[in-house]
Amino acid sequence: MASNAITVKLLIWRQSGPTAAGQLVPFTLENVLPEMSFLEMLDLLNEKLVREGTDPVAIDSDCREGICGTCGLVINGIAHGPNSGAATCEVRMRSFRDGETIVIEPFRAASFPVIKDLVVDRAAFDRIMAAGGYVSINTGSAPEANAIPVQRASAETAMDAASCIGCAACVAACPNASASLFTSAKISQYALLPQGRTEAGRRVVRMVEAMDAEGFGNCSNHGECEAVCPKEISIFNIGRMRREYLKAVL
Amino acid sequence: MNDVTSQAADATASSVLNSRVPEGPIEDLWDNYQASMKLVAPANRRKHTVIVVGTGLAGGSAAATLGEMGYNVLNFCISDSPRRAHSIAAQGGINAAKNYRNDGDSIYRLFYDTVKGGDFRSREANVYRLAQLSNNIIDQCVSQGVPFAREYGGTLANRSFGGVQVERTFYARGQTGQQLLLGAYSALMRQVDAGTVTMHAHHEMLDLVVVDGQARGIVARDLNTGEIRTFAADAVVLCTGGYSPVFFLSTNAVNCNATASWRCYKRGAHFANPCYTQIHPTCIPQAGDYQSKLTLMSESLRNDGRVWVPRNADETRPPAQIPEEDRLYYLEETYPGFGNLVPRDIASRAAKQVCDRGLGVGTSGFAVYLDFEEAIQRLGRDTVAGRYGNLFDMYHEITAEDPYSSPMRIYPAPHYTMGGLWVDYDLMSTVPGLFVAGEANFSDHGANRLGASALMQGLADGYFVVPATVSNYIADTKPAAVTTAAPEFAAAESGIRDDVKKLLSIKGKRTVRELWWELGRIMWDNVGMARNASGLEAAISEIQGLREEFWKDVNVPGTPDEWNKMLETAARVADFMELGEVMARDALERRESCGGHFRDESQSAEGEAQRNDADFQHVSAWEYKGPDSAPTMHKEPLHFDHVKPGTRSYK
Repeated sequence: MASNAITVKLLIWRQSGPTAAGQLVPFTLENVLPEMSFLEMLDLLNEKLVREGTDPVAIDSDCREGICGTCGLVINGIAHGPNSGAATCEVRMRSFRDGETIVIEPFRAASFPVIKDLVVDRAAFDRIMAAGGYVSINTGSAPEANAIPVQRASAETAMDAASCIGCAACVAACPNASASLFTSAKISQYALLPQGRTEAGRRVVRMVEAMDAEGFGNCSNHGECEAVCPKEISIFNIGRMRREYLKAVL
Repeated sequence: MNDVTSQAADATASSVLNSRVPEGPIEDLWDNYQASMKLVAPANRRKHTVIVVGTGLAGGSAAATLGEMGYNVLNFCISDSPRRAHSIAAQGGINAAKNYRNDGDSIYRLFYDTVKGGDFRSREANVYRLAQLSNNIIDQCVSQGVPFAREYGGTLANRSFGGVQVERTFYARGQTGQQLLLGAYSALMRQVDAGTVTMHAHHEMLDLVVVDGQARGIVARDLNTGEIRTFAADAVVLCTGGYSPVFFLSTNAVNCNATASWRCYKRGAHFANPCYTQIHPTCIPQAGDYQSKLTLMSESLRNDGRVWVPRNADETRPPAQIPEEDRLYYLEETYPGFGNLVPRDIASRAAKQVCDRGLGVGTSGFAVYLDFEEAIQRLGRDTVAGRYGNLFDMYHEITAEDPYSSPMRIYPAPHYTMGGLWVDYDLMSTVPGLFVAGEANFSDHGANRLGASALMQGLADGYFVVPATVSNYIADTKPAAVTTAAPEFAAAESGIRDDVKKLLSIKGKRTVRELWWELGRIMWDNVGMARNASGLEAAISEIQGLREEFWKDVNVPGTPDEWNKMLETAARVADFMELGEVMARDALERRESCGGHFRDESQSAEGEAQRNDADFQHVSAWEYKGPDSAPTMHKEPLHFDHVKPGTRSYK
């Protein structure tokens, strides 16, 4: 055992399926190295559980570098855990003390049914995107790329919004389980660019309707979403979404 | 499969490998070919179903475009959303021959650089088409609202990447792959909304269904419920990426796998150049056995970062205290023409060589410095932060070290696979009706891929090539009506059910991860950055032993009818254990060094890769011969009518 290794006590949400009752189950894990990522710590736990004949904890992850948006855990009550501007996979165990109890739960929202343990179904986000998260341009019909100049500042602000990884931490952190930050980020990206302006009105109306139809709550300006967003997407985007909506419907 | 030396005798320049490159001047090939293609009338397209597997740059763009054309598209991905395909992690940029910088770029120069960068092991006609389409891609993506970096005048910005002397790379901070993928995803979701594309997220393709010699469908498992189902179509387009995780540790996402490609190989699609793997020079070094992946630091860092090691093996001072005269800027010294921006294969091998000489840094000695001190002095901290801030933050999060004040430590890691399923000019495999696009095919990068070319290829294949050639195939072959009631579907489905049952019934003592980790070690040590005959022969026999152990002693927990990540992974690892052996066989057979494939036996006096064009100027395509026989190798000879093969020099 490495000299800097720590032991952690884990309280993990276990739920065998979408309709089953769930509960927090305690585990103790030794030999955790500070440089391990949080997900590597859970890999270590699952290896141990498999050897012991216990069903491993269901978690999902993919890129493990904060860009794909697959992973997402509520760690000690905070979506994506203690590090600001970081996804769950970017959290390292050096953020925790020897002997600390760590509570691990899924991203909870009525619109995200639990599939198993810590894995939830976020297909509602894809349906919001299908309702208008695009510019209607068929392959082959694009004009020359430099034909339409774009102000650098607009491109940069659009890029800030476009950085969204669709992880759903904003929903998990919001007391209303609102998807406003996610939806407004996409609406903002396109509203800020000349390519997206043509459809801006139709887009905002349809995407907001889709968001409501999925059962997400309304925004009441708590700002929890912005605080947990791994890409630090600004709540200003929600303001922009509202202005775009008013422009479209008035 | 113990006979490792008799492959050359079986190798034949086979008629099965007809590249079907049209005749004519290379500049006009694609235009003339498109003009001669057969077409499906707009009103008839909805009567034809096309399966697209994968939603990365190639799959997402192909599915969206086929949907826009009016085909009935069934699109599958293993992620819970098509937006999460691993293309999303590409950082640095995408090349195009726009010549916006007026620095001498052209379609021909991009073609030339790509053929040369691939060490003269790619097919000229395919690469020329790629260079032509590069410009259409930028137009398309800008129109989709991809927020590329811009100049103050509002025009698109460019930067430089390895292996070239022009600035042709378009980028969106260090998140270019993300933005291009989200562009393709948005186009895809628009077609889902329009009803032309039916999305099957969280479904894994586990077999190809071949009816009367044509690809007519797939078997897929719903990863949420375990349900196994079959789907029928008139053509299947495979866009399932590369196979770097055969090394266990790579820069790829943890779910990247070769299973869809490998199952197609076992159904008759030849696997080309499996030994061509790209070991990317700038990754955060390995720290311990617990690691699940390695993190890439974009090649764009080499625009301003300087790579060095201490000149003396016994150096103990921290990097900032080592004076200039005691630093070895080995890339700048050895390759003054390109300096720190040599191609990836050369940069990786050079790092390995200095570390093998004992000059490596860090606790393991397998790392080199990537230093921004000079750039910060020249440009100021703000400019450096503007260019690379997110990468510096990522490095800091992982290592707890600050790259603004002390140099990064980097080392090469498996990143991309140039090999893949063999395809002709239409991107069709040796199974009629099975098309392969993006990293999953072998076509455009030869033995080494240049930076910012993977995004270009994935989107060229998906937006422009596959939609045209699939239409031509359907119009030309007029596929007979086939449904999943055909007996071939039930047979394939029952085979997959048996595989699942078998994996769950072994109940051994070794975890899937342990066995995969061991495979990775064998591959990295023997089929990694430098290869030789004895190591490759040892690897083949070690992999065979490990495979036997896997099937005797693997422990796959859980049941088939639920979310079961271990079961998913076990099937993928089983395929890697077969693929790894074929990679080693291919590397053994290719007794030359080229691009990312370096044979110790074939190097110049200066330690540079030495090609053998007389004997190896060909594509090696491996044909599956059943579980108890060695695969057979076929050769597609390569012709270079435009770029004369020479010794690649970046000095």
